[in-house]
Amino acid sequence: MKNDSVKKVVATGIGAALFFVLARFVAIPSGIPNTNIALQYGVQSVFAVLYGPVVGCLSGFIGHVLTDITWGEVWWSWAFGTAVYGLIVGVFSKRINIQSGNFGKTEIITFVIANAIANVIAWPVVAAVGDMIIYKEPANLVIAQLAVAAAADFVCAVVIGGLLLFGYSKTIAKTGSLDRE
Amino acid sequence: MQNRVLNYIPRDSFIHRLSGTTKFIIFLSFSFLCGLSFDTRVLLVLLALSVIGFILSKIKLKEVKVMSTFLVVFVTLNFILLFIFNPEYGPEMYNSRTVLFHIGGKYYITLEQLFYQFNIVLKYIIGFPIAILFVSTTNPSEFAASLSSLGVPYRISYSVSLALRYIPDIQKDYHEISQSQEARGVALGKDVKFFERIGNAIKILLPLVLTSLERIDAISNSMQLRSFGKNKTRTWYVKKKMTTADYCVIAFCIVMFIVGMIVTNQGGNNIYNPFV
Repeated sequence: MKNDSVKKVVATGIGAALFFVLARFVAIPSGIPNTNIALQYGVQSVFAVLYGPVVGCLSGFIGHVLTDITWGEVWWSWAFGTAVYGLIVGVFSKRINIQSGNFGKTEIITFVIANAIANVIAWPVVAAVGDMIIYKEPANLVIAQLAVAAAADFVCAVVIGGLLLFGYSKTIAKTGSLDRE
Repeated sequence: MQNRVLNYIPRDSFIHRLSGTTKFIIFLSFSFLCGLSFDTRVLLVLLALSVIGFILSKIKLKEVKVMSTFLVVFVTLNFILLFIFNPEYGPEMYNSRTVLFHIGGKYYITLEQLFYQFNIVLKYIIGFPIAILFVSTTNPSEFAASLSSLGVPYRISYSVSLALRYIPDIQKDYHEISQSQEARGVALGKDVKFFERIGNAIKILLPLVLTSLERIDAISNSMQLRSFGKNKTRTWYVKKKMTTADYCVIAFCIVMFIVGMIVTNQGGNNIYNPFV
């Protein structure tokens, strides 16, 4: 299992770098003015599924803090939200056995449920409590902002992450795909 | 190229000469005190200190123009939102209500609300010189060493340094992939239909993720060949020696943090209330 731990260190670093690049330099307009599609959460969820909760959590957190710091302000409450999001999706990764090349109905449903739970806990709970403690912002503003964030990130992560995992699963030969002739 | 990633601006100044560890402690102690305190006096002192630090670093404001513009836009937007969502939050918090004038409907401008929003703006602004100070004066290669000297496990520090090392490479990958896809007619602009745009984004992201996964395999194999993770500790390629100045600054930060917390919590909570 030694190999696994080195791989996780590397996956965390590369995952964080991907998160940073997508969050910082890639802007795909969503149709709503001044709002871009958050591709980074889709990729973070892929890393969480492939490498588990620790990688999902840390790659997101490192990527988020690095992104924020280049803007000159770290939003700790949101960074912790990202960490929790990756952690929770990662917890479900054992139930999504992508390495066997299967990404069918059960896996997709698990992925959607994982994302739903993760987004609800990460934004309207963790990040909201953080914003209320750090900035003492009124609850209704915080909840409104974070509910929008949770909904948007849920859609982005499920669609982008789901399609990426589906694409990835196609590159793996399915177990049992060989027939004896 | 690596130095450009996080806007590192090499220069010879007091702040630049400090070790990364010290700058990290400055960054954390300011961030946490600013996050935990709602005491206007403490926040004003923090602001003064962070501006002094910024001047000492010899970084010019025009070198960080993009970021400061972003900050101004963000703070203004949030200032307006805070008022629209709950104009009576300040009076509630300070248990007092001094109406200055009436705008219409439920919107009154009160002294307490203005004071509350002033505190929020202070909090936003303090973070800025400190974050700039940290990113612009610390060589990214030194990040990992400073993290691990603060007790972060070296595997995590190493992840951070890997991230910094590979950001330019992944950026280049992204560029190449998106350009070659564009040559095939894959566009991401506003004139493409929404679902098509998502599909096109996947056409760029999937190759990017797959090459990144290959890269992870290659890097982890070579790290394993060099016995990464065999020992409990490791040394770092770039690490500055701690000097007297470093120890003085660290001591100052610790004292500042403790005094700040004591002053903040004087009245039983972390709010400074001039109204009662």
